[in-house]
Amino acid sequence: MLHHTIARCPCCLGQNKSLLLACGLMAAALVLAAFDWPAPRPKQRLSEYGFFVGPLAQLQPAADVLSYEVNAPLFSDYAEKARFIALPPGTRMLFRAQGPFDFPEGSVLIKNFFYFHKKQNPEQGRRIVETRLLVREAEGWRALTYVWNAAQTEAFLEVAGAEMPVEWKDATGKRRTLHYQVPNINQCKGCHATDGQLVPIGVTAAQLLRRRDDAYPLAQWVAAGRLAVGDKAQLTDAVPLADYENPTLPIEARARAYLHANCAHCHNARGPASTSGLFLEASQTDPMRLGVNKPPVAAGRGSGNRKYSIAPGKPHESILLYRMEQDDPGIRMPELGRQVVHREGVELIRQWIHQLAAP
Amino acid sequence: MFLSFRHIGLLLELWVSVLSITAVWAQPDVQRRLQTQLILAEDGDVIELPAGRMEFTNTLWLDGKRRITLRGAGTDRTVLSFRHQQQGAEGLKITNAADVVIEGFTIENGRGDLIKAQQVQGLVLRNIKAQWTGKPRKTNGAYALYPVQCVRVRIERCTTVGASDAGIYVGQSDSVWVNGCLAYHNVAGIEIENTTNAWVWSNTARDNAGGILVFDLPDLPKKRGGRVLVWKNEVVHNNHRNFAPKGNIVANVPPGTGIMVLATREVEVAENALRNNRTASTAIVSYHLSRLPIQDTAYVPYPSEVYVHHNTYCTSKRKPTWKHRLGFLLWWKFGRRPPHILYDGLTAPGTSEERLCIQHNENGSYANLNAAQNFKQISRHVAPHDCSLPLLPRPE
Repeated sequence: MLHHTIARCPCCLGQNKSLLLACGLMAAALVLAAFDWPAPRPKQRLSEYGFFVGPLAQLQPAADVLSYEVNAPLFSDYAEKARFIALPPGTRMLFRAQGPFDFPEGSVLIKNFFYFHKKQNPEQGRRIVETRLLVREAEGWRALTYVWNAAQTEAFLEVAGAEMPVEWKDATGKRRTLHYQVPNINQCKGCHATDGQLVPIGVTAAQLLRRRDDAYPLAQWVAAGRLAVGDKAQLTDAVPLADYENPTLPIEARARAYLHANCAHCHNARGPASTSGLFLEASQTDPMRLGVNKPPVAAGRGSGNRKYSIAPGKPHESILLYRMEQDDPGIRMPELGRQVVHREGVELIRQWIHQLAAP
Repeated sequence: MFLSFRHIGLLLELWVSVLSITAVWAQPDVQRRLQTQLILAEDGDVIELPAGRMEFTNTLWLDGKRRITLRGAGTDRTVLSFRHQQQGAEGLKITNAADVVIEGFTIENGRGDLIKAQQVQGLVLRNIKAQWTGKPRKTNGAYALYPVQCVRVRIERCTTVGASDAGIYVGQSDSVWVNGCLAYHNVAGIEIENTTNAWVWSNTARDNAGGILVFDLPDLPKKRGGRVLVWKNEVVHNNHRNFAPKGNIVANVPPGTGIMVLATREVEVAENALRNNRTASTAIVSYHLSRLPIQDTAYVPYPSEVYVHHNTYCTSKRKPTWKHRLGFLLWWKFGRRPPHILYDGLTAPGTSEERLCIQHNENGSYANLNAAQNFKQISRHVAPHDCSLPLLPRPE
């Protein structure tokens, strides 16, 4: 049993640097002492799983590890992502037209978060900050986060979250800095929850089917015996999300894909934001549920003195846009995983609301 | 270079503030330790918070546990401060849990809500002080204590101060007990919303914009509240300015409101003491009065089966608020003596009257504002409401 008492630190912290250091060390020791995970014990180092071959930072997938991309990615403070699925040898995942695919026990979804030193010139290298795993266990999914070391040789398990400064040059060549936040495992569930249970978000037909070529990458997975499709008709039932970064696509499809990927994991009838009555899935057809002329329920100062979630034709009277434009933790949306404003996303939603006609 | 004393003072101040920034960055150690405890806690654990002041930068989150107690050394001894919060929209968050007891500390100055509990079966909040310090501001968070989608909630002997929406807000929940609490300097002291089987008794709501609100709102997953008992509360001088950000339903509550029942059915307002609430000591109103559109076809915007009895009213002569059109209307019609019990008179099309019974109130002057006729032909006759309704069960 753990001893659940927080050690007392002198409240004059900061007046004396050696005291500060001592207190920090004491806290670190306590965290280590408190680290007594119930069985089955997750691995302490990312490399122990054997997902990747060669130098870890190159993220070269091993034989049973599949790589994939999604149509509409979640914005995560401009971090880039490399996604993989590790299936136990000889097993297959099962296709679903709606919601996440079914995975056999022992499957692991792997998402690596990184920043290119220079976004304009990726060859100049990158810094991987964290790797998140969703592990399919007998009772359900478990979330784990691994934080990479500065040398980029290993990533270590971290349950309580972490924070680290990151720096990169963005697509315009501008230097950006950020205190990157690695979520604690409860925060993982803050997004990955349906009916209070931890579930995957991105491995859905909507995210993996391609508009132009239905085949990629699912057909390859089917051919390789890694994906089972029960009824082929399901493949045509599923509606893929638009690539919201593609300006040649219709604004409606792009905006709805953006809201689906960035909001609907909470804002659906079975998600953590069911309390709000604002449901933003791409399949939502009720304008009021989407927020059109809908007053907020418990927005508090998140309302920004605006009356409706979406005021058609009036982006600057729409609460939804206001909360995307803010970086105050009590106002901003999404609540988790975003500290800086996604300018491109804000612009997309602004244009979309602007062209909406009043019902 | 010439340095005056003032310059030296400034430099010293700068130096101290640099040190205090260091202290803030050092604090996540406390954050990390407590958050780790919350994650690793086993069912049945008691987590003790020591005396002292702790600064947090991120939400503390308890998820998926049973029978956890989080206990401080008392509201005046253990303080959880979130004034430097950078992450998360709550101070303490409890989700998907059962039989959780939170007691004995002060939690303050969160960027969003202070304590939020969602999908918790069996929640006790006891001897908690949840507050935003300083002058009440619209930049304060919305709710101090915020159980939503919970079952079996007991909020006992808690104090809430400075919420820009409601001090105690219970939403979309069932079987709720709010007892012995004090709420002041909030926009709403206590608000029960889309909640069934709630007992709000022996609390004090003072110096809020609105004391106790019982609301049913449209477009929510939990459709109808009801069976709400508001009993033996002290509802005093709720004349604070309404500092809620616009867009929120409570931003429509006129300063000077004592108890307001909006669109809820089966509500009993009994044996409360209402003093010096300048605008509407007790108001029974429809959602239409907010003038917000309704798109939810399953929603009933009218209150029904509301029984107001054995309350005592007393208001020293003071004009109703001018900061709200209802207050202005009351001032226009009644001057410095607005009636204590107000009914907007709005009923569902095709029905004559929703059941509203008003009996045995001390000094309970009454008016039907006849909102349907644009507040003309206001009736002062309480006789149509001289009836009784079955009493709701009392808390044991």
